[in-house]
Amino acid sequence: MNLLDRLPSWVQPWMARLALVLLAVALLAWPEALDDPTRVRQWAEYLCYAMVAVGIGVAWGHGGMLVLGQGVFFGLGAYCMGMFLTLEQVDGDALPDFMTLYSDYTELPALWRPFRHLWFAAPAAVLVPMVVAGLLGWLVFNRRIRGPYFAILTQATALVFWLLLVGQLKLTAGTNGLTNFTTIFGRSKYEPGTSKFLYTIAVVALMAVLVLARQLVRSRYGRLLIAVRDGEDRVRFLGYDPAVVKTVAFVVSAGMAGLAGALAAPIIGIIAPNQFAVLPSILMITWVAIGGRHSLYGAVLGALLVSWGKTSFSESRPDDWIYLQGLLFVVVVAYAPQGLVGIVRSASQFVADRLPGGRAPVDAKAEVITSVEATA
Amino acid sequence: MNGPLLEIDDLVVSFDGFKAVDGVTLSVDQGELRFLIGPNGAGKTTLVDAMTGLVKPTSGDVRFAGRSLTGRKEHEVVRLGIGRSFQTPTVFEALTVVENLDLAESFRRRLPALLRRRRGVSAPVGRTLERIGLEDRADAPAKLLSHGQKQWLEIGMLLVQDPQLLLLDEPVAGMSPQEKVATGELLQSLAGDHTVVVIEHDMVFLRRFARKVTVLHEGKVISEGSVDDVQSDPIVREVYLGRSRDARSGAVVEVEAS
Repeated sequence: MNLLDRLPSWVQPWMARLALVLLAVALLAWPEALDDPTRVRQWAEYLCYAMVAVGIGVAWGHGGMLVLGQGVFFGLGAYCMGMFLTLEQVDGDALPDFMTLYSDYTELPALWRPFRHLWFAAPAAVLVPMVVAGLLGWLVFNRRIRGPYFAILTQATALVFWLLLVGQLKLTAGTNGLTNFTTIFGRSKYEPGTSKFLYTIAVVALMAVLVLARQLVRSRYGRLLIAVRDGEDRVRFLGYDPAVVKTVAFVVSAGMAGLAGALAAPIIGIIAPNQFAVLPSILMITWVAIGGRHSLYGAVLGALLVSWGKTSFSESRPDDWIYLQGLLFVVVVAYAPQGLVGIVRSASQFVADRLPGGRAPVDAKAEVITSVEATA
Repeated sequence: MNGPLLEIDDLVVSFDGFKAVDGVTLSVDQGELRFLIGPNGAGKTTLVDAMTGLVKPTSGDVRFAGRSLTGRKEHEVVRLGIGRSFQTPTVFEALTVVENLDLAESFRRRLPALLRRRRGVSAPVGRTLERIGLEDRADAPAKLLSHGQKQWLEIGMLLVQDPQLLLLDEPVAGMSPQEKVATGELLQSLAGDHTVVVIEHDMVFLRRFARKVTVLHEGKVISEGSVDDVQSDPIVREVYLGRSRDARSGAVVEVEAS
């Protein structure tokens, strides 16, 4: 029994919607409190990370797939948009600077050509990661590769992706990446309103991602995903193919990471292979673990808090953040496997049990576990 | 009865040369309630595994309603109308009783239909809840159920799919005597409309509810017939008694214990 459960039953669905609306309003009002374009730009970046985290919450928290290579999909999205932004900076048929420097291309390579258009680049940023995840997932899940083997495979994908980006210097500008996006969707990067404009887009995108993910995990499919997480072999004997169930969740999480990447490209203003390699991919998992992987809000919270903590802490003691983050991860995994959301739920449980009409504390333990598992 | 629903023809399953199932030929008629017994390691579970796509038969064939089952994946076998339960009940503990049943019932829905939320309790799920006596635990997470209740829930998840053939692996193991009787009565009421094959060690249960019994030993069928026929069969007696002498067989110990 949670505090929320004590409300009349007809109120509860509205509470959930109200929570979403409140979150949106709070996020939209936040730049006024920050009142600094640099900070607003940073928070817009965190919101992108939160989108990736929601995808991980679906695939890992609900589907049990430890996705250690989300940087690949984030990166694919970022590069799709980065190509558009790079071409936005050059006039007419001119080549981007790095191509004249590193390659002997006389005209834009075929791969780059469609990315002149936003109407192509934006959908591609979401669809390309989804197609890649679909192919990879179908191949891997049909062969019944799972658990740590799947995790290692996704991590290897991140390494391969990084090698590709670095190796294809002529097409990707190698380790330097794509830079100097001074014009963003027709606006100057230095215009004071641009940060807020991008921030607002990020809020809208994050809310859309959250609503979609919520619908998904609350549907029958969402229950099925949890069933696959907890007993894949049993699900086969219910007549479902777990490979399909898992591929769908993997594809959805990749699409969310791709969308995040597409927005992160103009917000960060530079995209380079190191942002999407193995380490950043693991960092993405820690956001979700710290926030609480069984809750979508937990994933958002984890991504925002850890990213914000990283920025603030790095400003005062640049070298120590990595240790603090590692420590935080270990403490959470060891002592609060349900993350921050788990701690909040246990606390609200504790209060609810002691209110008049609350349950006897004897029952509390079993109920805490179930309320934690009851996924958002 | 009508013709055979399930035909197993000279089935062999070998693991690295060890023949867990060694040339089993068996046929089960439509509407029958068949018991499959045998000492530990007789190949009973492997036989069911081979029928349901969990292990690949080395040779031989399994035919269900005239269609071969070999080479089909587990979920395809289920979609043909064969339900199976396991020795250890596996229900989805994070989901509620109703959600468990609802997932089982929805197995023929396509993906777009699955993406919608469940609204209320469908009629078949409601009927099954009543049948397995878990109406008052409908919204409880399955992890809070007792062992017997979990077994019933698992049987319910089979029933709600309305399979033609049910394969039950030790459905009453660990149940209380009352629960065993209730389960036996349920199985008898299912036979007729459904065909039921039960793997069982529990001799008391067997004597009370079995009509026709097939005895497996070391991967082969050694006897088949009514409970009395089988019990008086000298080969069966030797297999069971011989085993009990070297005190290895959990089967016989369990028989005495129950």
